[in-house]
Amino acid sequence: MRFFLAALKRDLLLVFRHRNDIINPLAFFLMVAVLFPLGVSPDPAFLSEVAAGVIWVAALLACLLSVDGIFRGDYEDGSLEQMLVSPEPLLILVLAKVISHWLVSGFCLAIISPLVAMMFFLPSEGYLALILSLLLGTPTLSLMGAIGAGLTVGLRRGGVLISLLVLPLYIPVLIFGAGTVQAGAMGLPIQGYLALLGAILVFSIMLAPFAIAAALKVSVRS
Amino acid sequence: MLEVKNLFCERDERVLFANFSFQINAAEVVQIIGQNGSGKTTLLRILCGLSDAYSGEIYWQGNDLDEVRDQYYLAMLYVGHLAGVKGSLTAEENLRWMMQLDKSLDKCTIATALKQVGLYGFEDVPCHSLSAGQQRRVGLARLYLSSAPLWILDEPFTALDKKGVKEKEALIANHIEDGGSVILTTHHDLKIPGQTIRPINLDEVDRA
Amino acid sequence: MKKKMPRWFYQLASPKWFYEFTSALLPWFSAAAILLLVTGTIWGLVFAPADYQQGNSFRIIYIHVPASILAQSCYVMMAVAGAIGLIWKMKIAHVVAGACAPIGASIAVMSLATGAIWGKPTWGAWWVWDARLTSMLVLLFLYIGVIALNSAFENKASADKATAILSLVGLVNIPIIKYSVEWWNTLHQPATFTVTAKPAMPPEMWLPLLVMVLGFYCFFAVILMSRARVEVLQREKRTDWVKKVIQNY
Repeated sequence: MRFFLAALKRDLLLVFRHRNDIINPLAFFLMVAVLFPLGVSPDPAFLSEVAAGVIWVAALLACLLSVDGIFRGDYEDGSLEQMLVSPEPLLILVLAKVISHWLVSGFCLAIISPLVAMMFFLPSEGYLALILSLLLGTPTLSLMGAIGAGLTVGLRRGGVLISLLVLPLYIPVLIFGAGTVQAGAMGLPIQGYLALLGAILVFSIMLAPFAIAAALKVSVRS
Repeated sequence: MLEVKNLFCERDERVLFANFSFQINAAEVVQIIGQNGSGKTTLLRILCGLSDAYSGEIYWQGNDLDEVRDQYYLAMLYVGHLAGVKGSLTAEENLRWMMQLDKSLDKCTIATALKQVGLYGFEDVPCHSLSAGQQRRVGLARLYLSSAPLWILDEPFTALDKKGVKEKEALIANHIEDGGSVILTTHHDLKIPGQTIRPINLDEVDRA
Repeated sequence: MKKKMPRWFYQLASPKWFYEFTSALLPWFSAAAILLLVTGTIWGLVFAPADYQQGNSFRIIYIHVPASILAQSCYVMMAVAGAIGLIWKMKIAHVVAGACAPIGASIAVMSLATGAIWGKPTWGAWWVWDARLTSMLVLLFLYIGVIALNSAFENKASADKATAILSLVGLVNIPIIKYSVEWWNTLHQPATFTVTAKPAMPPEMWLPLLVMVLGFYCFFAVILMSRARVEVLQREKRTDWVKKVIQNY
C-alpha cells in the first residue's frame, strides 16, 4: 500500500509539473464536441437528441488521445526498465499509473461534461446520468487503453496503432455509457445501466492489470 | 554468486553466443569486452531479466533465477544506458522514487549521495535544467546509496568527466573490498585501484 | 511460467515434427475440403428448396453462415494458440496463431460481403445496422488490430508475444462486445426480423448447410497448415532439415 501511494504520488507530481497534460485532453474533448454542431446542424432539437452519443464519443477519443503517453515517458528515459528490475510488484505500479491517468483524463472530463451537455441542450434530467456514466465508464477506458499503450510503447509509430488496437475494445463502454445518458434524459431509471458499467469496470480492474504488465514486459524486453 | 550455463542468444538471425558459460564470484570485477554489436548490452540485459531472447540457465546463489527473482532484484543494482531520471523532477525527488523502487538503496542519505556525486546545492533543481553529465550523475548517485552485492553497469562512465570517472573507480574498489561484485561494460581504460579486472571477451565465444 | 508437460507435447512443439506431421495430414484435408465444398455447393444451390419468403436469394447463406461461424472460431483458435505459445514458450503455437490472423480477417470480410449482398434483396440496402453484421464488423476490426500490431514489431519473438496478449484480451472482450451490440440493436430497432435465426429450418435446407460448414473448416485447416508450413520453413531456414527439404523439392 505504501508503495502504491508512493507511485501514485510520483505520477501525479509528474502531471502537476506538466500542466498541459491535464488541459490538452479537456481542450480536445471540447473541440471534438464543437465539431458536430458545425458539421451537421445547430438545431437544438437535433443536438439534444445526439448529445449523449456525441459527448461519449468525444470523451472516448480524449481518453484514447491521452492514454498513449501513459508509459511513453518512462519508457524513453529508462524509468520503466528500473521498474521491471525492481522487487516491487509491477501490478501495483501499473494500477497506480492507470489511476493517475484516470484522475487527469476521465475524472476531469466527467467534471466538465455538464458544460458540453449545456451546449448540446441535453435535458436537465440527463446531467446526473452523464456524470455518473462518465465516472463509472472512463476508468475502464483508461485500463483498456493502457493495454494498448503497453503493447505499443516500444514502437516508433505507436500513436495510430494504439487506436486500432483499443477502439474496438471501447465499444461496450460507449454503448452502455451513451445508453445511460439517453435513458436518464428520457427520465427512465438508470440503475441497470450503471450496474452494467460497474460490472465491466470490476471485470477490467481484475484482468487488465495482468495484460498491461505482460505487455510492458514484452515491450521492454524486445 | 551468479552462474550462467549454456547460454544461447540469437538476435536478428545472428547468433551472438552459444554454449556460453561463466560465473561471477564474490569480490570480483568482470568487464565484458567485444566489438560493437557483439552483444555486450544484450548480455547484461539478459542477466538483469530485461531480455528473454535466450535459452540456457542462470543461477543466483545456486538457485534458478526464475524462482528467486525478487531476492535477486533486491540484491542487484542495474545502471543502463538510460539514466532513468525524470527531467521534471528534482534530483532529490528522483532518488527518493528510486529508493521506493529498490529497498536496497539504503546505505546513506540522499543528501550524502548527492554530495558525493558533486551535486550538492542542486537537489532542488529540476533535472531538465542540469547538464547531460549532471543528469548522469543523478542516476549514478544510486551507486553510493546501494547496499546490493551485485552491480550490473552498462557503460556507466559515459558523459562523465575524468574526475567523475576516478571517483566511480574508487567507489567500485570500495564495493569489491566489501565483498561485492561488479559486471560492467565500458570503453574507458578501466583502472580499479588494488583490483585485477577479469575480462570476458565476447569476440571469442562460440557462435555455433 | 514454465511448466513440465508430457513428452508428446514438446514433440508437437518441434518445427520439424510439425512439418512432417502436416505433410501427412494435408492431402487428406485437401481432399475432404474439395469433396465437401463441391457437394455442399451443388446441393445447396441446386437441390435445396427455395425459401418461401425470400425465394432463391436465401441460398447465399450457404456461404454466409459458414463464413461467419468460421471467422469467430478462427479468432478463438488464434487466441488459444497464442496463449499456449505464451505459457509454454512454444514457437509453433505462435506460428499457428500468426497464420490464423490474415485468414480470419479474409473470412470476416467474406462474411460481411455476402451479408451485404444478401441484404440488398432482403432489406433493400447494402448495409443495415443488424446486430450480427455489426458484431462481425467489430470482429474484423479486432483482426485488423492484431495484424497491424504483429507487423509493427521488427523482432519476431516480441511480435509473437504482443499479438498473443492482444488476441487474448480480444477473446475475453468478444462476449461483452457481442452482448452490448445485441443490446444496442434491440434498443434502437425493436423486433426486426433476423434472417439467420429462422425457426425450424427443414432438413433439406440445413443438411447442405452442415456440409458447407464442415467443408469450410477443412478448407480452413488446409490454408492454415499451408501458411504455417511456409512460416516454419522461413523461420528455420538455417537448420539442416529445412535445407534438405528445399533441396529435395
